[in-house]
Amino acid sequence: MKFGIVVFPGSNCEHDCYHVVKHVLRQEASFLWHKDRTLSRADCVILPGGFAHGDYLRCGAMAKFSPIMETVARFAAEGGPVLGICNGFQILTEAGLLPGALIRNRTLHYLCQDIHLRTESTDSPFTRGIPTGRVLKIPVGHGEGCYYADAKTLKRLELEGRIAFRYCDPKGKLTEESNPNGSLMSIAGVLNERGNVLGLMPHPDRCAEAILGNEDGRLLFESVIGGGPRGTR
Amino acid sequence: MKVRVKVMYKKGVLDPQGKAILGSLHQLGYKDVTEVKAGKVLELSLPKMGKAQLEKKVKEMCEKLLSNPIIEDYEFEVAE
Repeated sequence: MKFGIVVFPGSNCEHDCYHVVKHVLRQEASFLWHKDRTLSRADCVILPGGFAHGDYLRCGAMAKFSPIMETVARFAAEGGPVLGICNGFQILTEAGLLPGALIRNRTLHYLCQDIHLRTESTDSPFTRGIPTGRVLKIPVGHGEGCYYADAKTLKRLELEGRIAFRYCDPKGKLTEESNPNGSLMSIAGVLNERGNVLGLMPHPDRCAEAILGNEDGRLLFESVIGGGPRGTR
Repeated sequence: MKVRVKVMYKKGVLDPQGKAILGSLHQLGYKDVTEVKAGKVLELSLPKMGKAQLEKKVKEMCEKLLSNPIIEDYEFEVAE
């Protein structure tokens, strides 16, 4: 499978993603500059973490105008799998490819810690390989990760099975304390209508090999690889 | 011309910054303050133009970039 990893000025996790898919999972990978208009025949697009264009006004606000985003939107509309991690998630919401918005953490602090995740939907190319009931431990690193959407949107997301991940405690229980940033309904990741676009705040790219002491993040990448080049639900 | 754009969180959106400032005011003894909302003020300098054209332009900028309609409301006024 060929991964295209979008690089914006200010991205800083593109090499983590590249390393995981290329060196750990032995797939093809290439970087795509934000000014490119083609995806170099990528089968899966990743928008990595970082601070695209500096995030000065709002996270992702400028990145949605990068030329490549039009191509990414087209690719997504055709059912191509797109994964937005952290800042990539923020960009996907700003670009309207995913619902809702990410705002300042409830505590106002930048968070850099391991959190636990419950997979709420395995009906997507990035989550289909995650064993039912398995609680994932994945790190977060963000200042603006509090998921917000209006009540109507939240209800719709829940009804349509589009909440991909929720923050939980190590046993998989949803508690107030296990929600690190104040996200509504403890939402850590959401899917688009078709299920082929996933955005999440935690970083699976930072925990995908044994030498790092945690391989939970691997499951997301392996899911999409296992699903073939155009794995949609 | 100067246009002052005010961007505020919509009602119901968590505003931890406003909350923290409220806490600070309370600590200083201003206990009668019941709510603080934090937002952004952006001042744009533009060449002189007609009112209708200006309003159209600023509205476009607000909707395209300066605010996110999912979480924020905006308003603007000609400052000078």
